[in-house]
Parts: sequence; C-alpha cells; structure tokens
Amino acid sequence: MSNITDLKLVDLADKIKKKELSSFEVTNAFIERSKKSKKLNAYISENFENAINSSKIFDQKPDFEKKLPGIPIAVKDLFCTKNIRTTAGSKILENFIPTYESTVTQNLLDEGGIIIGKLNCDEFAMGSSNETSYFGNVQNPVAENLVPGGSSGGSSSALSAKLTPATIGTDTGGSIRQPASFTGTVGLKPTYGSCSRYGIVAFASSLDQAGPMTQDVKDCSLMLEIMSTYDIKDSTSVEFKRENYLNNLNDNIKGKKIGVPKEYRVDGMPKEIEELWEKGIKIIKENGGHIIDISLPNTNYALPTYYIVAPAEASSNLARYDGVKYGFRSKGENLIDMYEKTRSEGFGDEVKRRIMIGTYVLSSGYYDAYYLKAQKVRRLIKNDFDEAYKEVDAILTPSTPSSAFKIGEKLNDPVSMYLNDIFTVPINLAGLPAISIPAGHDKRGYPLGLQVIGKAFDEQNILNIAFSLEKNLSFKNNIIDWWLK
Amino acid sequence: MNKNNGEYLITRNNNTYEVIIGLEVHAQVLSESKLFSTSSTKFGSEPNTQVSLVDAAFPGMLPVINEHCIKQAIKTGIGLKAKINKRSIFDRKNYFYADLPQGYQISQYKNPIIGEGSVTLDMPNGEKNIAIERLHLEQDAGKSIHDIDPQNTLVDLNRSGVALMEIVSKPDLRSLDEVNAYIKKLRSIMRYLGTCDGNMQEGSLRADVNVSVRKKGDKELGTRCEIKNVNSIKFMQMAIDFEANRQVEIIEEGGSIDQETRLFDTKKNETRSMRSKEDAHDYRYFPDPDLLPLELNDNYIDEIRKNIPELPDEKKKRFIEKFKLSSYEANILVSDIDISKYFEEVSKNSDVKLATNWITGELFALLNEKNIEIKESPISSKNLSKLINLIKDGTISGKIAKSVFEIMREGDKDPITIVEEKGLRQQSDPKELENIINKVIAENPKNVDAYKSGKDKLFGFFVGQVMKNSNGKANPKLVNEILKKKLN
Repeated sequence: MSNITDLKLVDLADKIKKKELSSFEVTNAFIERSKKSKKLNAYISENFENAINSSKIFDQKPDFEKKLPGIPIAVKDLFCTKNIRTTAGSKILENFIPTYESTVTQNLLDEGGIIIGKLNCDEFAMGSSNETSYFGNVQNPVAENLVPGGSSGGSSSALSAKLTPATIGTDTGGSIRQPASFTGTVGLKPTYGSCSRYGIVAFASSLDQAGPMTQDVKDCSLMLEIMSTYDIKDSTSVEFKRENYLNNLNDNIKGKKIGVPKEYRVDGMPKEIEELWEKGIKIIKENGGHIIDISLPNTNYALPTYYIVAPAEASSNLARYDGVKYGFRSKGENLIDMYEKTRSEGFGDEVKRRIMIGTYVLSSGYYDAYYLKAQKVRRLIKNDFDEAYKEVDAILTPSTPSSAFKIGEKLNDPVSMYLNDIFTVPINLAGLPAISIPAGHDKRGYPLGLQVIGKAFDEQNILNIAFSLEKNLSFKNNIIDWWLK
Repeated sequence: MNKNNGEYLITRNNNTYEVIIGLEVHAQVLSESKLFSTSSTKFGSEPNTQVSLVDAAFPGMLPVINEHCIKQAIKTGIGLKAKINKRSIFDRKNYFYADLPQGYQISQYKNPIIGEGSVTLDMPNGEKNIAIERLHLEQDAGKSIHDIDPQNTLVDLNRSGVALMEIVSKPDLRSLDEVNAYIKKLRSIMRYLGTCDGNMQEGSLRADVNVSVRKKGDKELGTRCEIKNVNSIKFMQMAIDFEANRQVEIIEEGGSIDQETRLFDTKKNETRSMRSKEDAHDYRYFPDPDLLPLELNDNYIDEIRKNIPELPDEKKKRFIEKFKLSSYEANILVSDIDISKYFEEVSKNSDVKLATNWITGELFALLNEKNIEIKESPISSKNLSKLINLIKDGTISGKIAKSVFEIMREGDKDPITIVEEKGLRQQSDPKELENIINKVIAENPKNVDAYKSGKDKLFGFFVGQVMKNSNGKANPKLVNEILKKKLN
C-alpha cells in the first residue's frame, strides 16, 4: 500500500469504512509526518495527544455512517475550538482557549472528524503571505523560503505537505484561493451565507466566509457538504437547499456557457498565466462548453473598494480586543493607558495599519467619501456579475496574477502585497462562490491556479466545471519533501 | 420663575425667556432575554451572572436579533401613533469603554424602526400634543462600579446587551409640568402595552434632557445643552431648572451658549460640563455587517396592531362616554393600567359612581398611606365591589361601610362576612325602626313641639337620635321617611 498520507480524503474515508485502515493508523500517520515537518511552521497549536486518543475511541466503536470516519484534520487557527487554544495568529489572543466550538468545526466533529491541530495564518487573516502571523513565517512545501500564500498559509502548507488530508480556511479577499493556488491545491470560497461564521474570529464580517482546502475537487465537494449548514446563530447564514455535492459531482460540461472577463487581462501579467488561462479555455471548448467574452467593467475598482470596506469592518470587529475580558493585557496607568499599551503591544503592524485605515474611512467628514462610496461601488461590482450571469453559467479567470513569491519579498510593500488579491477580491465583494484549482506551473516550477466563479449558491456547478478541468489538466504537484531532509 | 399659560418663563432685567425642552427617553424593553442574546434580563442578580459569550463579546460571537424586542418596539410605536418603518438598519456606534465589551454599541442611526408620532398630554389648560421624532432599538452597556474597590473599577455586564428603546421627542416641551406629564404619559402607554415596566428606581426608564432658552417671541431655537442620563422626574425638573437659569444668566451677561453635553450632579443640584461639541466622540456609525437590514411586511405589523390593547386616550374617552365620568376622574382612573384594571373590575359588578368615589377616595388614601401600588392593594377589587354593593342595596350605610373598609384593609376579608359577624347590617325593618322612632319622640317632647312650631332644622336632631339608638345601623332613608310621617 502507498503511504497513508498520500491518500486523498475520499479514499481515506473509504478505506476506514472498509476497515482497511483504522482511524488510529490514519491519525497517527498524519501526526507523525506533522512532527517531522516543524520546519514548515504550519502549526500554531498541536492537539496530537488528544487526537490520538480520539482516534482510539473511534476505533473502539466506529461509526461508518459518518462522512469523516475518524479522519484527522488540522484547521486554520481562526476557528474557535473548544478547549484548544485559538490565536488568530495574534499575540493578543496568544493564550486564549475558547469554551465553545465554531459551527464549521462542530460540523467536522459531528461527521467523525478529529482535530489534530490549529494551523498558522496571517494575524486576524490580514495578509497574503502568512508573514503577518505573530507565530512566524510559514514555508511553502513547493520550495524553501517561498511564501505559502495567505492568509490561510498554514492550511495550504500543511495540506500540500500532507500533514493533514484536508483542511479548512477562511476567505475574506482570497485567503483560501490564493494560498491554494500558491501550493498546487484546491480551495473553495463558498457563497456568502453558505457556511456559518459563528465562532470564527471575525476580520470583515460582510466578506468572511469559511471554505474547504483539499487535494482535489472530489475531496473539496465532500468537505463543502459537511461544512455548509444553515445556522440560526449567524444572522447572515442563508437557508437554501444544500446539495449532496460529492454525489452530484460530474464532469459533463456540455453546453455550459463560461464567461471570460476581459478586465482580468491585467498589464504585466506573466505569460505563463496568460497561457494557462488559454489552456483552461481550450479544455472547456474541447469538452463541449461555450466560451463567451464578457465584461465586468468595475473590476478595477474592486481592490480599492475592498481596502476600504474590509478595514472599516475590521477596525470595529477588533475593538473587542482591549485587554479587559480575555487575551493579552498590558499594565497601564489607567484605563486608556491600558488600552493603548495592550493594543500597541498585542497587535502587529499590518493589523494596526488596517485598523487605522478603517478608523479613518469611517470618521465623520470622510465617511461619505470613502465608506459610503465604497458601498456604492460594491453594489456596482455585484451588478456587473448579475449582468454577466444573464449570459453565462460561470466565469473562468486565473486565481492570482503571479505565482508564490519569496518570504520577505513584498513585506515592506503593502500595496504590491494587496495587488495579489486582484482576481479574488471582486468575488468576495459580490458574495459569490469561487474555486481555485491547480492548473500548471510557472517556469520556476511553482504552481499556478485557475479560478471558476459561480452564481450565488451554485457551488455544484463550479465544482462540476472544476472537476472537468481537473481531469483534463492532469496537474501534478512536484513537492520533494525538502524540509524532511 | 413665572407661570403663564403653563409655560416656564424666566425674566431677567425685563427680558423674558422661554425654556425649550426635548427629551431622549431610554426605556428598557420588557423582555425575558436580551436584544441579541439569550441571557436573562432579570434585575438585581449577582454581578456577571447573566452574561453570555455574545454579551461579553468573545471572539467569533455573533448577535442574533430577539424577535420579541422587535415586536415590543412596534407595539410602542403604535402606542405613540407613529410610523412603523418597514425597513430599518442596525448600526454600530463605536467607542471604547470598559463596560462596553464589543467596543461598539449596536444601535439604529439613520434608519430607526419607528418614525414620527405623537403623545397627548392632559394639562390643566387643555390638551397638548408633543411630537415624537423617532424610536429606535439599541443595546444597553454594562455597569462600571467605581466605589467598591479603592484601586480598581469593577465591571458588571449583567445589563450589557439589554434592549432599550430610545424615544426622542421634538423640542415641544415648555415647562417642568409638561416634562412630568410627558414622562408619566409615556410610562403609562408603555405599561398599558406591556413593553416597558417604567420602573425608574431600577433604571428601566432614564432620559437625556435637551434644554435651550430663547427670548419670548423669537422664532429661532437657542443653542441647546444635553444633560445626560437623568433617572427620575424630580431630577429632570431640577436639572432643567438649573440649566435654564444658567443659560439665561450667560445670555444676560452678553455671553453665548456652547453646545455641549453636561452631567447633572444630584448632590450639588447643578449641571456640569462633560464634553464640548469639539470634544464630541466620533462614533463612526456604520451598518452592522453581522445583522441584515430588518424588513417588516404589512401583515406582520397588522397582526401586532390587531392585538394592541385599549390605550389610555381611548380608555378615557370610553370612560367619559360610557360611565359619564368627568374628564378629571377619567384621567385619574386611566393614568395607570393597574388602576384602570382595578376600576373596571369593580365597576363591572357595581355602581360606577360609587366605585369611582371609593377608589379615588378611600382606596387611594390607603395606598398613599402605605406607599404601595394598587397591584399590592390589601383590598381586592372583588371585595371592594362587594362592599359597594352592600351600600347600594341598603344593607349598610356609607358610614358603616367606612368602618367595614377599616377592617378589610387588615386582611382583605369579605365585607359580607364582616357585616354578618359584627352585626352591622342596616336596620331596614319598618316595624323596628318605628319602635325606635316612637321611643325618641316620646323622650323628647320639647323638641317635638319646637319642630312642629317651625324649627325645621331639628329634623337632623331626630335622625341623629335614631341612629344613636340603633348603634348607627338604622337605614337612613327609611328613618327619614318614617320620621317625616310621624312628625308631620
């Protein structure tokens, strides 16, 4: 038998159900590999001992009806997990241990999943390279000193390094899709309202959405099926008929109309990405799909809009970290002094930068010019998609304008960092679902992804299109386990 | 201070100023649980025992609207004859304070749930309408306690997240009496609706008071000052009184009023500057992205409207028409829902006039004396009704009834039992009465002669003697009749 950790999620579940593998064997295999992979710095907190115990308990009384029968999963450290430290990658929550479980992780547990640890991420999910984490940089298994993307960088690193068979991330402006693209894995941001936000440390409430990160589209379908539930504890959760995504998965895209937006052909986009996009277009045509040129005219305004809306919400969402109730507290002369010291020492530079921007754009005298205007543009961006979807069933674009970059390369140039999200951000602003699948490599051998964007709540459709692309792209991640040597 | 036509006027150096008052009343919504969480709202519990993860703003916690509070706000809006907005938005009001765990208060800013309405006041010189600008829902903050620990401020989050209705009036109030009447009327309406218990001691009703002055006859409003968080009608009146005079002094000395927020010091009886307009917080209001806009449809509102009880204004009208009560009597009886309930229970089976008199007379005196609410009355409406019926059917006289009442107040005893046990039943047997009367006539020949020779006033003497001889139990009506026959 091949290595346990090389198996896909669906196959692992299958083998456990057929009793070819035990939960313990699987859990232990991923934990052992994780232990050897500290160099990647993918974990913030390990839950190995408890996970081993849970796997043994599962094996004593296995329930093979579950969709994740005793399967170990490491999750992004933005999900609150009962009795397991949850830091959001920040010093201010360095010692925070929730007494409650996020709905999404609860859904994993309810289906038999076992949480083996909490994965590194940019501080409060603010970043595109995992370099803003208080807990240090994360290595991309693709090559040494390469960023794994962000903010779900620990997740993409752990997944592509096979420290976990699947993982979950959150995506506010591309935080699932961009790291998936950088590591040659699959990442899906569901429609806003599909996965509950309850128990996820909030960054920008109107944009945040949890989603699966997996080795392939099949695994992704299974994970989404488990993660997505209607939840009365989240007022923005939407009640809609959730598909049996895995069962319904099929690669027949005959007659499907796929839009290709001209605005995504940005200046200075590497040739490899251009070629990859063409490759995707060709595959769709060859498989009976129709390519339709479309226009999303307000695309150019998406990034500035995002960098007003997201910091505005973040500046308010992060006000609760004041040292009064939980988390890090610094000593102060008085209440105000304590606030100032706690927040100065507890937050990193990128978080402070966004709090400042957010506070500024909401200030009286600036509100109309920034926040209100951004809300109006956001509406226009959504209208663009609504218009496009009158003609097409889905949209195909590259996931990112470049492949992974070196650690430190963009750290002192926030704007260049922000530009990384140019293809992913509009989708969050419009609240739509989108999946990134690995599609090829650049000349250095770094993975590149293609993004399929769907109509609201039409996840099944983009999974199917991605499934067809995946089959025809026959992408292979050539990760050579350099960190184990 | 000078009262003219009900207005509060201040005269200095031959200049007469009128005082303009607007109130922002914070009324705690009567609800088992908080506005966005399931924690209890019970008053007076141990500190920090009614705090959920949402109330304490733990990471990842989300507000979920309590529909009951929405209904309560709509009911109140209907009671204020106000526009119910079918779309309203919850905003975040951002500021840092230790008793504000989220770092923002969820409130409604530009799109409140209730729009313009009005409240009718019964003033001595007639009715006056006070316009309501809006009513919005918001979260209460926790409580900072500065005086328990010498080094630290303690925080109690039990109140954090409790639903408040902020009811904002237009600057239509012109006197301290109107402020008093307005608060009482608001309280009365909300108690009728069951949307706020109106308990000022427990902080269920507090107000920010906006005060400005202008020379009588001026059209423009003067610059106002806002006095924060005053929690009794008396303090509101004292604060307004102080503040209005302070402003007049400044203007008379050639100064001008700075728009500012002030605090009322109840010990020193003065208002003090808290922060000026320049220092005003920038609350950075924006729509709360955790909550969707609140959309109401007509059916939903109509369903609530259908179940609105009769409110004080309508009840008063009905009492006047149906029971022929005076406006004054009706006002008293409808002023409080419990009083009106009591009255209706008594008058259902008893004479209305007697019910009115006994409730506003004997019963109110008793409640005043004991300093209790009618709900806690030692005499139930059922027993008061029985007592009145005993008077009405001649079983006892009004005078005896008062002594029965004295016994009832000690333990809500059935008046019929009391009358039987104490043998207080009125003597209404003409034969027995005739015997007594004959005796009285026989014993007072001189007075009989005097009466017959024209001293009509002596009739009362005979009545008194008969009553005395019957231990007060003789039926006065019959005594009159028989006496007249005998003496004439």
